[in-house]
Amino acid sequence: MLSTEIVGTPEAIAVPRGTAATRVLRMLYRDKLALCAGIFLLIVITCALFGPYLLNDIATRPNLRARNAPPFSLAHGWLAVLGADALGRPLLARIIVASQNTMAVACGAVACSALVGAVLGLVAGYSRGRGGQIIMRLADIIMSFPSLLLAVIVLYMLAPSVGNLIVVLAITRIPVYLRTTRAEVLEIRERMFVQAATVMGASRMRIVLRHILPIVIPTIVTIATLDFAFVMLAESSLSFLGIGIQPPQITWGLMVSQGRSYLANAWWLAFWPGLAIILTTLSLNLLSNWMRVVLDPVQRWRLEMRKTEA
Amino acid sequence: MLRFVRQRVTASLISLVGLIVLVFFLSRLTGDPTNLFLPIDASDQMREQFRQLHGLNDPLIVQFGRYVWDLLHLDFGESIRQARPAINVVLQAFVWTFQLAVITMVLVTLAAVVCGSLAAFNAGGLFDRFVSLLSLIGAAAPDFWVAIVAITLLAVKLSWLPTSGTGTLWHWIMPIGVLFIRPFGLILQVVRGSMLSTLGSAYVKTARAKGVRTKSIIFVHTLRNALLPVITVIGDQAASLLNGAVVVETIFGFPGVGKLMIDSILQRDFNVILAAIMVTALAIFVMNILIDLGYALLDPRIRY
Repeated sequence: MLSTEIVGTPEAIAVPRGTAATRVLRMLYRDKLALCAGIFLLIVITCALFGPYLLNDIATRPNLRARNAPPFSLAHGWLAVLGADALGRPLLARIIVASQNTMAVACGAVACSALVGAVLGLVAGYSRGRGGQIIMRLADIIMSFPSLLLAVIVLYMLAPSVGNLIVVLAITRIPVYLRTTRAEVLEIRERMFVQAATVMGASRMRIVLRHILPIVIPTIVTIATLDFAFVMLAESSLSFLGIGIQPPQITWGLMVSQGRSYLANAWWLAFWPGLAIILTTLSLNLLSNWMRVVLDPVQRWRLEMRKTEA
Repeated sequence: MLRFVRQRVTASLISLVGLIVLVFFLSRLTGDPTNLFLPIDASDQMREQFRQLHGLNDPLIVQFGRYVWDLLHLDFGESIRQARPAINVVLQAFVWTFQLAVITMVLVTLAAVVCGSLAAFNAGGLFDRFVSLLSLIGAAAPDFWVAIVAITLLAVKLSWLPTSGTGTLWHWIMPIGVLFIRPFGLILQVVRGSMLSTLGSAYVKTARAKGVRTKSIIFVHTLRNALLPVITVIGDQAASLLNGAVVVETIFGFPGVGKLMIDSILQRDFNVILAAIMVTALAIFVMNILIDLGYALLDPRIRY
């Protein structure tokens, strides 16, 4: 997956010990910022996976005595340490529960767009036929218009739900993967080893899947990480505008929008979910920056060299 | 040159047609505006009359044909909500957004080019790290959140600025400030990267060896060559500024095209949606073509 074999390590440099996974982890440990980002994302993912099962009751039960309770006080239990909302529901619990919807939409959209974009990109890049041209023109149309507006129109037509949100966001993001994959494939297909495979009689399917795809995947993974942040922001904006996920379901963007009416006397209602969005996207950006170096064989070399010297 | 412009215009027109077809049918699928505009107790006869008046009775394909025919005569139809030509409604709003976008982009470009060049010249320094951190956070912050935090702080708590609306110069500060953040960070990073690679090139070393002053190395020798990739990003960002404009205009009650579009979608004012989309798309196409021509101006090696 990480294409370590392709690089080949010269004898002069001390070969890093361990499997590919431990080497990557060790490199992550060296970069403290990326490490923090990784740990934070792990926490968010855990919250998204298990939070709703543990906290759903607490997060939805109104408690009129704790209405708009201010943050940093333990008077209403530790879950209300970030304050409580207009119905007295503890904000921390709600943020944890909301992380599931936010993550589900972002994960789904990124996975769909990356998959479809990569497949279409491979097709458009490898076959020089008319099909490729049509795919690229379609991508141009999608790219030529602000994605948020397109999403608004489509979402208004379909009923807003997690599934539809994923489809709409995925469609607006497909061109990103499509273009990158196609550009890479166009370059890779001219390389010697592809020609060699062709001469040896490999089928087109085999060339694309076994020879070209492994080189493209690191790039796609890096873009996907960065795009995850973008999709999260887009989903939050849509929820904020009232065309995304509808109450009583919650997402972080929706929480910000609900807290907006209490800005003057209870700033924490909108502040904390917004901070959750910022920290998550920030972590994704940091991790993507780190991945760009690690997944690039040319640059990773330097990192590993530095590591063995140190 | 002319041939290039003609090619680009044709390609843009094809995308525009695709967009119109897509949006026309999608928006009609959202439902019948009759129930939205007439009172609940309206008689069937009144409903029928309303549909007849706005041509909603015919099959979709006939409606589409009529729309295209009118469009060829530069008639964008009538806004149901405001009972005046849709194109007037849109152009009025577009002027606001256009001003907002142009002012923001000019400020962003100036700030990003200056800060990015300085950061690149002293790469790894304190200023460089500070600016990189700033752009990272800027890329991560959701604009609607920044907007309402700004309102709480600057308008409600400190009452320095008005919360929303238009009128005085003060009303422009927060919308521009919020729109400023994301493109600033992105363009700054591109300026920095491009400056770094240009600063390493041979002719800059020659200039240094000759004893040219630092200031003129940065702003005369390097910047002109480093600006080329920057212009591409500026174009991309200007288009995605419209995404931000939708959110920012809604929050600050700014009468621009983004807010108009959201309102028209919610109220099924089809003609206004279509006209607004055409006007924005056209603006983006024109900008893209201008950017390509701008390349040729900056770099004599590029010819079309």
